[in-house]
Amino acid sequence: MVPFAGWEMPVQYSGIVEEHKTVRQTVGVFDISHMGQIIVGGKGAEAFLNRVLTNNIAKLQPGEGQYTMLLNERGGVIDDLIAYRTSEREFFLVVNASRIDADWAQIESQLTEDDDVLMANASDFTAGLAIQGPKAREVAAAVFGGEDSYPAHNAILVTMTENGPMWLCGTGYTGEEGFEFFMPAETAVSWFRKIVEAVKAAGGMPCGLGARDTLRLEMGYPLNGNDLSEERTPLQAGLGFFVDLEKSGFVGREALVAQKAAGLPDKLAVFRMTGAAPPPRPHYPVAFGGEIVGEVCSGSQAPSLGGGIGMAYLPTDAVKPGNTIEIEIRGRRFPAEIVKKPFYRKPAA
Amino acid sequence: MSNVPENLRYRESHEWIDPTQTPSPVGITDHAQAELTDVVFVDPPKVGAQVSAGQQVCVIESVKAASDIYAPVSGEIVEVNGALGGEPGLLNTDPYAAGWIFKIKAANPAETDALMDAEAYRKHIG
Repeated sequence: MVPFAGWEMPVQYSGIVEEHKTVRQTVGVFDISHMGQIIVGGKGAEAFLNRVLTNNIAKLQPGEGQYTMLLNERGGVIDDLIAYRTSEREFFLVVNASRIDADWAQIESQLTEDDDVLMANASDFTAGLAIQGPKAREVAAAVFGGEDSYPAHNAILVTMTENGPMWLCGTGYTGEEGFEFFMPAETAVSWFRKIVEAVKAAGGMPCGLGARDTLRLEMGYPLNGNDLSEERTPLQAGLGFFVDLEKSGFVGREALVAQKAAGLPDKLAVFRMTGAAPPPRPHYPVAFGGEIVGEVCSGSQAPSLGGGIGMAYLPTDAVKPGNTIEIEIRGRRFPAEIVKKPFYRKPAA
Repeated sequence: MSNVPENLRYRESHEWIDPTQTPSPVGITDHAQAELTDVVFVDPPKVGAQVSAGQQVCVIESVKAASDIYAPVSGEIVEVNGALGGEPGLLNTDPYAAGWIFKIKAANPAETDALMDAEAYRKHIG
């Protein structure tokens, strides 16, 4: 168990590599109760959220969700999150555990009396489980019964229970088929037991933070705090696809427009080690053309690939697929190649 | 339960040494490999290096973390296990035999005697 954003979290149940491969091959269940949930509702909720988030939330129909970001005035990333439209006037935001307070403060600071919006922080009384892998649908059928209770990709299903609402979200952080299930905290233990049983019956197992990190890294998904920070913009992080500069203004937009015009000082590069090398880890120095030009922000052995992979912010001119960089590990430099994400692609069935 | 062979001596940082062989092979215990899981790289010590007991001599990397390995006794490193370069997972699958890391020519037998025996190490890992 390790401390993580105020929670005690299991790094692994049986072993990172075993859990990782299980998610790629069958199915795993992750405890994601640490994640935060903020509900924003009211007649003005859509217009308000479009002023504070980067993606265009007006594109969502009820029942749909999108990846989006919350920026500061400098265009830096306060948090990356999934925003779901649960009804015409209500939105459900799933945010990072370590950023709940910062997110709340930022969103609330943008609220004016004219907005006609109410906010609620459901994080403290909401637990969550992520069921991920090719057999996730089988697990859902065993636990909930029927196909109707399985959310489509990026969709959300809300069910009222006697203990409060449950949300089934067609998302994940592994690159596999699957869903994230948020429920009233007091029901979490019984749901976890039930789901672990169904996961085991499908050939899977419970998985910890360690496998969650290697799985997301193989997909090139950024981790807030490692790869995203308030000091860098979504453009630098390669997440421009989730920023709608065409919609009406949002916090940070002007900074992004200015940065786009001026050119990016650095960009998030993804790389893989090219020979036998220790796994790259956060904060290892990165050299390009012999000079140290940055440091690793995320890095690990990639269980599905067999070698080391990572991400680093490097000067824009260095970030071209095929370029060779070097990762400095305990004073020795090991070669790596800049590649395109994702690192891992599902083998054709 | 971890395997703790009777014929070995143990350091509190979970290295074993086999004092019945000269030079003596050194590795990590079954308990240590189970805690680390999935060793993916071994940065071996240099052959010919003179090391003192307790000195950090090499690093092993698992998916989870990088871990320092300490010399259980003083002496000269006379051989490293070349097989670990291609197959670092031997530390997990066979920690007391094929997964040895290096061999050391121990300088002072008293240092070996001062290490934990199997019974003491079993208590140490609880």
